[in-house]
Amino acid sequence: MEDFLSYGFMQRAFLAGVGVSVTCAVLGVFLVLKKDAMIGHGLSHVTFGGVALGLVLYVAPLPVALGVAILSALGILKLKERAGLYGDTAIGIISSLGMALGIFLVSLAGSFNLDLFGYLFGSVLAIDAGEVWVAFLLALAVLITVAFFYQDFFFLTFDPESARVSGVRVRRLDALLAVLTAVTVVMGMKVVGILLISALLIIPAAAALQIAGSFKQALVFSAVLAVISTVSGLLAAFFFDWPPSGTIVLVSGILFLLLFAARPWLKRQGTGRRFQP
Amino acid sequence: MDRSDPLISVENLSFQINGLEVLRNISFAISPGDFVALIGPNGSGKTTLIRIILGILKPTGGRVVILGEEMNEFSQRGRIGYVPQKATHMDPYFPASVREVVAMGLLSQKRFPRFLNRQDEALIDGALEQVDMKALKSRRIGELSGGQQQRVFIARAIVNGPDVLFLDEPTAGVDAETQAHFYEMLAALNQEKGLTIVLITHDIGVISKHVNKVACLNQRLFFHGTHEDFCNSSMVQELLKGEHHLVCHRH
Repeated sequence: MEDFLSYGFMQRAFLAGVGVSVTCAVLGVFLVLKKDAMIGHGLSHVTFGGVALGLVLYVAPLPVALGVAILSALGILKLKERAGLYGDTAIGIISSLGMALGIFLVSLAGSFNLDLFGYLFGSVLAIDAGEVWVAFLLALAVLITVAFFYQDFFFLTFDPESARVSGVRVRRLDALLAVLTAVTVVMGMKVVGILLISALLIIPAAAALQIAGSFKQALVFSAVLAVISTVSGLLAAFFFDWPPSGTIVLVSGILFLLLFAARPWLKRQGTGRRFQP
Repeated sequence: MDRSDPLISVENLSFQINGLEVLRNISFAISPGDFVALIGPNGSGKTTLIRIILGILKPTGGRVVILGEEMNEFSQRGRIGYVPQKATHMDPYFPASVREVVAMGLLSQKRFPRFLNRQDEALIDGALEQVDMKALKSRRIGELSGGQQQRVFIARAIVNGPDVLFLDEPTAGVDAETQAHFYEMLAALNQEKGLTIVLITHDIGVISKHVNKVACLNQRLFFHGTHEDFCNSSMVQELLKGEHHLVCHRH
């Protein structure tokens, strides 16, 4: 364990990985329960277009991708609201357009850039100190925002109509949640990559929901499961030379299956999620 | 607001959706302490009317004055309690404890950032005690029976000590005995605490036992008045036919 932490690149990977995975896990609980889980998947595809745009224009890809992802998140909400589309259709349209833009720009540039490959599959072990700071500060900003709006987000997720009657600004909060998701997806692309970031938004939250008896428990369990997955993935990468992003997501998948399988047993113990006929 | 002023006043209210008239020229007033049953066939606009009064929908014509304020400028959210129709159809897997559900009701009274303090915890306990659910405070809401869930939603709606409580078919899918207990609890809140109650219902039992005003809606307001006048109205006698004695006979 000491060896693991004595390397600068592992310290950076550890910090960025834990920051990103906790943020994904917390936001994921709200998204999964709002049946908006696929918004992370959609925004990650859009982020690909944003990164390609940055690389083609020779400007830093991260801020470009961040801008594109935030605009797309708000665009998905507007499409749902104005065009009368179901959420998944709006996500499907925006995400495929983002991906198409990425492919178009990469082809225009004439080569499949190596940097782009790192964004697609993650390169947490190659993350530099500046990127760690950006990821960590963004994670902190997202988590503090969620903490401040916790009661509002919780009410919005549970019962949006009553939330509105209570004076909760439902539209603004929906937009805020979408923007926070966009920020999280962009900062997570270095850790697990564009193709797998949505897994961190969905799987730990879905696993936590197998056993949580309250909303706070769901958030804590989701964060703990995400950290276990990330740390296991990084350790596996260090000791066995396994790909960190794939391992992180596979471990979270295994944890989900274990909790899913344990649910009937937990039900008998009286602590699990009991089905009400 | 003067004590004699109506709590809620609906004036010439109309609502259309895609050119289709849902509500036409509705006017009525609700006084403090009323227990009003809003009845009408399916699709008569009952839920739409409540949603307009609560500010969820905007009317295409007319106005709503509630607690002395125009609805579109209404700021006293904590003085209104609401139990929506789908409260009985909630996701049984949602990870919310009974305490957390009731805590949501405090939101309208709290300033940002809305962290809960010890005083809020006491209010939550008090509301749960009123509906006899304090013992199940830590249970997940989905683990409770339909009737118990309804009590929790009432606790959420009354945790702020509101002036008026709106309920949209609160006992849909709940067995008859539980319904009877539920309405007795509402009647106690109305009589002992002076809480004004507006209830959308299909249940004629509650009309016969507990309410003092009836509003009969089918796009237009066909009747609005006391329970006695409602029973004496020839239109109602014709409308209810065989069920008239059930609705009008006070037990």
